[in-house]
Amino acid sequence: MVDPRKTTSAQWANVWLGLDVGTDIALANTIAREIIHSGLANTDFITRATSSFEEYAKSVEPFTLEEGERLTSVPAGLIRELAHSYAKADRAQLCWTLGITEHHNGTDNVFALINLALLTGHVGKYGSGIVPLRGQNNVQGGGDMGALPNKLPGFQDIETDQRARLRFETRWGASIPAKRGWHLSQMFEAMERGELRTLYVIGENPAQSEANVGHAIKLLEGLEHLVVQDIFLTKTAELATVVLPASANWVEAEGTVTSSERRVQRVRRALNPPGNARDDIEIVCEIARRLGHDWGNPTAEQVWDELRSLSPIHAGMSYKRLEELGGIQWPCTDENDPGSLFLHGRLWADPVVGPLAPFTPVDFLPALDTLSEEFPIRLTTGRRLDSFNTGVQSGGFASPLRRPETLNLSPQDMAKYGLSDGEIISISSRRGSIEAPVLTDVTLHPGLAFMTFHFPDEVNTNILTIDAWDPKSGTAEFKATAVRVEKLGSQTELGRSSSKVEALS
Amino acid sequence: MSDSVAVSIQRSVSVTIDGIEVAAPEGSSILQTCRSQGIDIPTLCYMETLTPVNTCRLCMVEVQGSRTLVPSCSRKIEPGMVVITNSDRVSESRKMVLELLASSVDMSIVSDELAGWMELYQVDKERFGPMAAPSSLGERETMRAGHHHKSDGSKAATVFEPVKIDNDQYVRDYSRCVLCYRCVEACGTDAQNTFAIALGGRGFEAHITTEFDVPLPESACVYCGNCVAVCPTSALMFKIEHDMRQDQSWDESRQTITRTVCPYCGVGCNLEIHTQDNKIVKVTSPLDHDVTEGMLCVKGRFGFEFING
Repeated sequence: MVDPRKTTSAQWANVWLGLDVGTDIALANTIAREIIHSGLANTDFITRATSSFEEYAKSVEPFTLEEGERLTSVPAGLIRELAHSYAKADRAQLCWTLGITEHHNGTDNVFALINLALLTGHVGKYGSGIVPLRGQNNVQGGGDMGALPNKLPGFQDIETDQRARLRFETRWGASIPAKRGWHLSQMFEAMERGELRTLYVIGENPAQSEANVGHAIKLLEGLEHLVVQDIFLTKTAELATVVLPASANWVEAEGTVTSSERRVQRVRRALNPPGNARDDIEIVCEIARRLGHDWGNPTAEQVWDELRSLSPIHAGMSYKRLEELGGIQWPCTDENDPGSLFLHGRLWADPVVGPLAPFTPVDFLPALDTLSEEFPIRLTTGRRLDSFNTGVQSGGFASPLRRPETLNLSPQDMAKYGLSDGEIISISSRRGSIEAPVLTDVTLHPGLAFMTFHFPDEVNTNILTIDAWDPKSGTAEFKATAVRVEKLGSQTELGRSSSKVEALS
Repeated sequence: MSDSVAVSIQRSVSVTIDGIEVAAPEGSSILQTCRSQGIDIPTLCYMETLTPVNTCRLCMVEVQGSRTLVPSCSRKIEPGMVVITNSDRVSESRKMVLELLASSVDMSIVSDELAGWMELYQVDKERFGPMAAPSSLGERETMRAGHHHKSDGSKAATVFEPVKIDNDQYVRDYSRCVLCYRCVEACGTDAQNTFAIALGGRGFEAHITTEFDVPLPESACVYCGNCVAVCPTSALMFKIEHDMRQDQSWDESRQTITRTVCPYCGVGCNLEIHTQDNKIVKVTSPLDHDVTEGMLCVKGRFGFEFING
C-alpha cells in the first residue's frame, strides 16, 4: 500500500509506504532502477513487446535507493522490498485512484506506473495489469461515450481517425469539426479570456467541486448564459440562467453505466421522477427540437443501439445480452463475443500483434504549490467512507458515521502548534482562508494535513486548493496544497453524537 | 475477443441419495449435491455466499456408517457415500431443532421456505410450555455463565428482550436471533472484515454483541448493513422497515423490486431497489451477481435518502 496517509486499507496491508505527497514518480523510478539493477526485469517481454527501454533505463539511473528515500521519505529498505516482491510476483496489479491523477503531473504519474508494468511484464495477463479504480459509477462510461475533448464514442479520435468520423457524419447527417474541444480546465481559462460565454452543465457541481473554487465561481457568474441540468438545485444551479430539472439516472430512468472493470451494466427505472423532472434523453431531444432538429422520442435502448452501430467495442452489447450476462466488459465486438476480462493480451502474442508498447520516461517534479515558511503544511484532500464529493447525494442520509468537517493533523503537529481537538482554527493557502475545527489524526505524519470537500456549505475546502492543472489530462492538483494554520481561540463540540440505547416503548 | 482463463479440472464423485445414484463435482457438499438434484433440505444458518458454520443443525441428514446425523451444508461428498434425507429420524431431528428454536425465539418473520418447513414438520412453539416474559433491556448482557436460574418448568425460557435502537439505519431485535452466526461471518472474513460483532456470553445467555456490549455508534461498525442483509429471521432489520412495521404500513404485496447499479463509486455493485408508494423502502444486492455477491457499503445500502426527498 502506497499512500501518504495510513488509511484503513494501509492498516490492512502487509507493507505500507507512507511517501510524501507528490513524490510518486520518484518512488516508481526508484523501484524501476532497483528492479533493473537486481536483474529482475522481464527482459524477454521487454525485448519482444516494448520499445524505448534503453532510454527509460537511462532516465531512472539517478534514482538510487538512497536518492529515492531522500525524495519520498520512504525508507530505502521498504522501497527495495516492494521492488523485489512486485518483480517476482506471479501475478501483480497496480491499482490507483485520484491520489495518482489529481496532480499537476498526473498523467506522468500514470506513465511511471505503466513503465513498471512493462518492465516486469505484469500486463495483458489474467490477474495482472494496471487498474485505475473509478470513483464514480459512470466515470468510465462517460469517457467511453466520448465525453472527452478529442474522442468520439468508443475512443475513436476526432482528429486522426477520419473513417470513424465519416461513419458518425453519415449516421447523424451532420458534419463534425475535425478538431478537439476544450477540457474542463481549458473551459474555465476560456471563460477568463471571454471566449466561452455560454455553458451547459449536466450533473456536475463545479461551483463547489472546482479547485480554487472562489475563482471558479467568479468565472461562472461572469457567463452570459448558464444552463444547469441536475436532479438538485445545486450551488451551480443557483447561478444558472436556466435550470432543467432532471431525473436520477440510476433509479428514475433506463440506461447503462460502466464500472471500473469496463463492465457495462443496466440501470433501471424503479421510481417516477418528482414534479416536472424529466429524463436526460427527453431533455436533450427537446432542446434539439427547439433548435430545429427533430430527433423523435428515442428510448434509452434505441440510443444505445445507435451507439453500438458506431462504437465497435460496444457492438455486441445488446440490452438482452447485458441482462443475460449481468453486464459485459468491453471490447465486445459482436453478439457471440463474451467480452474481455482484461486488455493488452496482444502483447503476449508471438510475434506481438500491433505496435510495441513504449516506455515513457518521466521526470520527477515536485508539487507546484511549494511549502515555505509562510505555508509549511502539506494539505491533501480525499473522501470519507460515508460521504461522496460535494455531498449533494450523500448529505441526504442520516449516517451514524458522519461528523463535522475538520482539518486533521498529526499528533506531533497538534502539539507543535498548541492545538486541541475541536478548536476552531484558520487555514490559509496562497488562494484564500477558511475556518474549521482541528482534529488529531494518527494516520498522518508530521507536516501533513487532511480534509474532505464533502461539506462545502460549512467548510469550503476548495477555497484553498490550487487550480494548477496537468497539461496532458486537464486535471487539477487537488491533492497537494500548501497551507498554514492559525489559532483563533474558539471551540466546538466534535465527535459522534453520544448514543444511548433506547428501549422501544 | 475472448481471453482464455485457466480453469481447474474437477473430478466427479458418485454418491447415492435417497436410493438414487448421482454424480457431482468433487468438493461439493451434500447439500449442494442434493439441491442440484432437486432434493430440498431446510437450512437456517447456511447461505451460499458464506462459509458453513454448522450452528443451526437444521440441515442434518443420515449418512450410512455414521453414528450421528451429519450437517449436509458442510460435509463434503465422498465416493460411494449413501445419504438419506427423508427418514423419520431426520424429520424428527429437524422438528426438534425448529421447536427448540421457536419455543425461545420469535420466529414470526422468516422466509416463506422456512415457514413452509415449520408447517410441514408441524412445529409447536409451545411444546415446552408457555413462553417466559422478556428480559429488560441490557439484562441478558449482564448475565454471566453459571448464573442462569433454573426454571420451575411452568414457562419455557426465551431470549425475548426489547428492540435495540441506537442509530438511524438499522435496529437489532435479538428476540428474533437464532444465533446462526451469519451476521458475524458477514462482518468478519466472509465479507466486510470489520469485526464489529461477535458472540458474547455462554449457554442460554449467548448473544451476538459488540465489543463490551457498547451501542453500535460506539463500536467498530461501519454501517455496511451486510449483517442485516444476511439475517434469516429479521433480528437485524433496516430502520425504515422496522418503523413501517410498527405503524403497520409495511406491505410487501405493494412493493416492487428493481435491479439497478449503485450511484456512488465505480465498483459497479448491483442494487435491488425495493419500492413502496414511489419511495425506496429498502436496498439489497443480488447474491447471484459476481461483483459483490450481495454485499454493499454504507453509501450503497443507506445513501438513497436524497431520492426520497
